[in-house]
Formats: sequence, structure tokens, C-alpha cells
Amino acid sequence: MNRIDVVSRRGFLGTVFSAGAFVLGAQILPEDALADGTSGAPAWQPTVYLGLEPDGRVIITAHRSEMGTGIRTALPMVLADELDVDWKKVTIAQAIGDKKYGDQNTDGSTSIRSFYDIMRQSGATARLMLERAAAQQWGVPASQCKARDGQVTAGSHKASYGELAALAAKQPVPKKEELKYKTPAEFKYIGKGVPITDQPDIVAGKAVFGLDARVPGMVYASIEHAPVFGGTVRSVDDSEARKVRGVQRVERIAAFKPPYAFQPLGGVAVIADNTWAAMQGRKKLKVNWDLGANTAYDSTSYKKSLFETVRKPQKVARNVGDVDAEFAKGGTIHEAEYYAPMLSHAPMEPVNAVAEFKDGKVTAWAPTQNPQAVQDTVAQALGIKSQDVTCHVTLLGGGFGRKSKPDYVAEAALLSKQVGKPVQVVWSREDDIQFDFFHAVAAMYMKASVDAKGRPTAWLQRCAFPPIESQNDVTARYGGFEQGMGWSDVPFDIPHQRAENGPAEAHVRIGWLRSVANIYHAFAVQSFADELAAAANRDRVEYLLDLVGKPRTLDVQSIPPNTPGYALDTGRARKVIEAVADKSGWARKKSGPGHGYGLAFHRSFQTYVAAVVEVEIDSKGAVRIPRVDYAVDTGLVVHPDRVISQFEGAAVFGAGLALMGEITAQNGRIQQSNYHNYPVARINEAPREVHVHLMQNDAPPAGVGEPGVPPMAPALCNAIFAATGKRIRELPIKKTKLV
Amino acid sequence: MIELKVNGASRKFDGDPDMPLLWYLRDLLELTGTKFGCGMGVCGSCTVHVNGAAQRSCVTSVKDVAGKDVTTIEGLDKNHAHPVQAAWQKANVAQCGYCQAGQIMQAAALLKQKPRPTDEDIDQAMAGNICRCGTYQRIRQAIHMAAGVKA
Repeated sequence: MNRIDVVSRRGFLGTVFSAGAFVLGAQILPEDALADGTSGAPAWQPTVYLGLEPDGRVIITAHRSEMGTGIRTALPMVLADELDVDWKKVTIAQAIGDKKYGDQNTDGSTSIRSFYDIMRQSGATARLMLERAAAQQWGVPASQCKARDGQVTAGSHKASYGELAALAAKQPVPKKEELKYKTPAEFKYIGKGVPITDQPDIVAGKAVFGLDARVPGMVYASIEHAPVFGGTVRSVDDSEARKVRGVQRVERIAAFKPPYAFQPLGGVAVIADNTWAAMQGRKKLKVNWDLGANTAYDSTSYKKSLFETVRKPQKVARNVGDVDAEFAKGGTIHEAEYYAPMLSHAPMEPVNAVAEFKDGKVTAWAPTQNPQAVQDTVAQALGIKSQDVTCHVTLLGGGFGRKSKPDYVAEAALLSKQVGKPVQVVWSREDDIQFDFFHAVAAMYMKASVDAKGRPTAWLQRCAFPPIESQNDVTARYGGFEQGMGWSDVPFDIPHQRAENGPAEAHVRIGWLRSVANIYHAFAVQSFADELAAAANRDRVEYLLDLVGKPRTLDVQSIPPNTPGYALDTGRARKVIEAVADKSGWARKKSGPGHGYGLAFHRSFQTYVAAVVEVEIDSKGAVRIPRVDYAVDTGLVVHPDRVISQFEGAAVFGAGLALMGEITAQNGRIQQSNYHNYPVARINEAPREVHVHLMQNDAPPAGVGEPGVPPMAPALCNAIFAATGKRIRELPIKKTKLV
Repeated sequence: MIELKVNGASRKFDGDPDMPLLWYLRDLLELTGTKFGCGMGVCGSCTVHVNGAAQRSCVTSVKDVAGKDVTTIEGLDKNHAHPVQAAWQKANVAQCGYCQAGQIMQAAALLKQKPRPTDEDIDQAMAGNICRCGTYQRIRQAIHMAAGVKA
């Protein structure tokens, strides 16, 4: 069986519409796609988002990557609902990387936010054009023609969408103002959901992930990278490697040129008949490395330097009032320092890609969050044009941010060019963990003065972490967009507040991991708030509501930016805190020795989330999490089951990181290598029950994939404090003896 | 020459006898439903049945299964409608789906041994199977749903 045939039959190819199809075009692309000049001018451009076939089939393009959120179902579902077609008649076609689709970087929890309106507009446009086609055919006014459930009717006239497709394609594209949208009461699928399109193939073992792509004649590669970031090959003795049965060749990949961006790291590749032979051959390589400039990188001393940084005044990220004057008045002062370690993504599917270089062009099959970045990265690596790189997007076996950085696809493309065959690059789990784009280690210093009731009168927060911008700028030391992720947008009603950020140099590749800087920022802010509440002996729900203050709109720097409709609304923050208290039965729950409840609130990706975590600590100090309650205000909910499942998963992901996640370096080498020493939550360690309470409102849709993660660490640590009196200021929790 | 059965079909293999069953299935037989996750038997993504019992194919060499019956996710049920597969769909368990073949094979083996497992039984049997998306709550729910349904 040829897996690529399967891929194409399932609609993973770019051209999926027949010549007779009614295809609806680029005039309804997002504005940023029009602005970049690649797809702007023509008013009509086929093969974007929707095709209606004369035989009645409806083909909807999924242009975002599926890594478990259900987006490959949810966005096409929005279009199908507005078009008013039976979901069973819809075929989903996965888009190749192409700027004509608008942004395809499936990252930052933006898919529904950025494309909900566009999908509805696509459906409404097609519906109106079908009605106008019917009017023309029957000689009746268009106002009498009604497109519904896959057919247009007017009096005794009736025709299916398929029958009208050819004529509809000839109608002028209506202006946006002419479109009529469904009312929420008319929705068939939006707000209700449909079966996830990939579930049947997944349970049958037929779903095609990146690692499952098969191309005739392809060979397999395993790559030895420098053990220290920035290291280069001095010399290689590959004589033993080449003797391994099945090994075909040994190839070099040139080291990246700083800044590293998404470039391949460089190294030595063993190419073989199968994955096992490639891995065996690689073990026999004798590589003499120049380890480069980062051999002194050591997590213990680096941690010290981060704390030294945050103990001194640093660059101001946000200032309200005069914190220093308030502190100078004396009174009760609280201080605390927090530490959150480096983390690795460790998706179940290690990074991998198939690429074929032929006649100056590359075709790639990759589990990628960002096929357009694949085009650009591969093109740059090979010195060809981006449009000469075709990237087919397979399913992703987890992404969490790692798979938006396509260094591994460029490796496959370079090797394919060198060996003249299609190559599948397979990273081992050890490669995946040791050569990740790591989630940054961070140190935070917090200080507050409080009044007689324990309420802060002044609040100072300082953080330091190696910034993501170090990808693109070797001199970068300060946080960039990380500041707007739970640091400069703390929604507390305190008259004097200052947020600062200090410098830190990166010695490994830094990347973004599910909810990014919100993880360490929320840990410090929401833990410190709990410390102040504890010192004041106040109920946590009451105290947190007091900190958030009255309902109001805050003008703060926030990432993503506070676009219209997405201003930080403390009224919505209050409501999720109140709701989680209500739904978790907070008022009836009493913490005691070995059993505690913790609360945290965090807004990220424009979604408001409050969490209550219940913990049990046994006599040996082992932590169990019987229950997590979330209250979530993410605005309009498109596919409730998938929103709920994202939060169920975020509770496990967030709890696992907080309990046991840590990557460390010594002599520049990453000390963890696989799930035995970089553990992630298993079924017996994960929260037992996760209850997700979705707020109902008609606010614009916000992010879903990430915002469940940040409140988990602080809510869990606050619960542990309630159960044990031990305050966790350093993650992971496993480093602290609880009894 | 090693002889074995995979999903009921007789197979002969004359390659490296130390090759893990995982790579034999994936690269030579193109049965890619069985997944690579860790290569050291600690994540469960590669779980198959050997003579009916769950086994990690990444740390089982082909020579270890000589003369034995191997079942992969593709061969669990000819209609892909094993009670565990049906329950998985009903509970919408999968997120990314990558680990789920291993989870399903492990769960099917558990139910064969214990048709009515308790939560503790499930914890014990499934603790070797990692899901990074965190679908454990629905995995437990789906196993209970499948319990007692005739395979």
C-alpha cells in the first residue's frame, strides 16, 4: 500500500476540486493575506476554502493544522452551517501550505478567533450566489429563492446546490453588505458540534500522521546533532556506521548560521533502508565535535544569575502610580521569589518529515503547525523559491508549539537533495527532548505592601527569562511579546503597580510551549496573591475578587493585543471566579491536613479562566488530584465538546508540568532524554475528574487550546498549601518534600 | 528466516533479527497504525498483542516473536468495531490521536483479562500508556463503556 495514495484519497492534496466545481474565492480572505501582496488583486481566485461539485458533494478546505483541538472539523463546520448543507455531504480537504489561505500558523490559539467570521462569510456568500443562480434559472426574483439544507426552492421550483453550482459560479460575487447571516437560533452545528472527522480513522489505526507518510523509494534518516547547542562537526569516522546492515550512506548537514531561527541545527545523518538500520548505524558514528560557546551552560548557576537579576531594579514593563513611594511609607511588606524550570514539549509523535527534492523543487509531507514556514525555511536552506516548496500537512501527533518550527523538514529536504531520493527524517525521543526549542526557565520576584485588611497598597513584580526573540537576534536579552502574557496585563485593582523584566541570555534554542510565558507568570502572580490572602487569613475567592476589583475595562498591554471586542474586562474575570466557586462547591469545601483546595484565575489568549483544584497528600507526600473545576469564558463557543476536551487536556498537561516537568543543563548538555527522566502525567497521576463550566455569552470567540494551562500550577500549589501549610515557590512540585 | 503471523497472515522475515517488531511492522509491512513514541518501552504508543497479550513492540525484537501471533490495531477487528474502538468513538476520546492505537490495544487486553475492571484496575493496566493531550478521563470512561460488551 502506498500511503501517499491514501493521503491524496483522503483529501490531503492541494488540488481537490474538479473542473466543474463551483469554487469560492479569495475575496473573502483575511485582511492580512490581502495586505502581503501575494493574493490581493484578483477578485476571484478558485480553490480557497469551498468547492461545490455538480454531483452535490461539498468540499471544504481545512487550512489550519490538526493536532488534537478538532480544528479540522470545527472551522469547516462553521462554513457548512452558514452555507446550510448536511454535514454528511461535506468532505474535508487539508490545504497545502499557501499564502492564499491567509495565515496557516496554527499557533497562539487563534484559529477560531481569526477565521470564524471568514468561514461564515464564505458560507453566506455561496448561499446568496446559489439563490441568485436559481432566480436566474427560473426567472423569479432572488428574494423568493431560499437556499436551505443543500437545495434552493422558490414556490414549486427546487434544485440542489450541485445542480446550481455551474450557474452560481457565474454570478457576480456579492458585496459584504449584501450578505444575510443566520441568526444563532438558526444554527444547526455552531454551538452544538458534529462528530470529529478524524475519530474513525484514529481508532482504526488508519489516520495518517507525519511518521506514517510513505513515498515510493523513500529512505530513512537518523541524525546526530551536536550535544551542546551551537556545536559543530570537526571530523567524522563513519566506517563502522556504514558497515551496519541496511545503512546506505552517511551525510553531513551544515551547521546553522546565527541567529538560529528555524534553521536545521546541523549534524551527521545516517541514511538507511529502514528507521532501525538508520538508528543502529548512527550509534556507530564517531564524531569529533567542536562543542562551541555554550559548554558552560549549567542550570544551577543559571538559576542563581536569574535570581540575582530579579533582586535588582530592571526595565519597566508597566507602571501605575508610584510603588517606591508607597513602599517607603513602611508598614507590612511581603516578598516572595518563584522559579519555574525549562520545559520540553515532548509530543507523543517525535518531529519527523518526508521530503523529496526533484527538478529543483521540493515536495514535503510533514506534521507541521506552520506549512508556510516550511516553504520559507526549506526554500532558504536549499536556495530555492518558497513557491517551489509544496508542503502537505499530515495529522500531527501533538504539537504544543514545537511543530511550528520546521527545522526538521529542512533537514529532510537537504538530505533528499544530497542522496537523490525521498528521505524521511525521524527524530528519536532522545533527539526530541534534547534538541527542542525549550520553554524558557524563569525567575520571578514579588513584593507587596498591604493595608490593615491585607489588601495590597503597592505591588511590584520582576521576572527574568531567556527570551524567544533570541531565535532571531543573538543580542536579545529582554522579553518581547512574553510581557503581554500575564505580566503587563495583571488585572488587579491596586493603586501602585509596577512590572519589570530583567535580561537573560539564551544558551539553548528557546521556543513557545502551550500558553508560553503565561505558565511562569501566572504561577508567580496567582501564588503570590494566595500568599497575601493567607497572611490576611481571608477566604481566597473573596480575596481574589477584591484584588480584581469592580467590573471595568483595563487598558493594558496584552498578547494577543486587545483588538476591538477583546478588551480586558474585569467583569468577566469576576464572573468566572464566582462561577468556579459555585460549581466546585467552594463554600462547602474545607481544607484540612492532607486534603486541600486551591484557586487561581488567569486570562490568556483573550479567554478568562478560573480553576479550583482539589488535592490529597498521602502519608508519603504523594500528591493526588481527585478533581479540577474550571469556569471558562471564551466568548462564543463553536464546538462545545472540543472546547471541553481542550480544558480536560490542559488540566492534565498543566498538572503534569507543575508536578514533575523539568529540563536541566550541565556543561551545556541537556540532562534529560526520554519519558523516564522527563516524566509527563500518566493516567494514575493526572487529575481524576475535570469539570469544565462554559460561560454562556455572545462575546467574540477567544482562544481555547492554551488558556487552561496557566492557572493549573498556581491552583495546584495553592491547594497543596491549604493541605500542608507548605508553600511551593519552585517548580516542579516533586522537588519539595511535602511530609 | 523468522516466521510469524501478523493479523492472521503468515510472514517471513530474513532481516536483522534484533530489529524491534515496531520497525518491522511500520517500515517493512507498512502497518503504520502502531506508533513510535519512546523506543524504550515507557510510553505505550507501540502496544500490540503477542499471542493475545499486550506487549511493547519497540522493545520486542522480531526474533522474540518467531512462531507467534501478532495483532496490531489494524487487525484488532476486521470492521474496526471492537467494543473498545466503538467506545473510543462514542466518548470522543482522541485529541491528536497518536497514542490511541496503543491505548486501545492495551485496553482491549485488559478487558480480555478483566471484563469488569475497577478504576484501580484501569490505573494499573493503563499507567504505561502516555497521552500527552491528557485524554485519560475519557479513556477511563470509554473502558467502562466497553466493559462487558462482547468482543
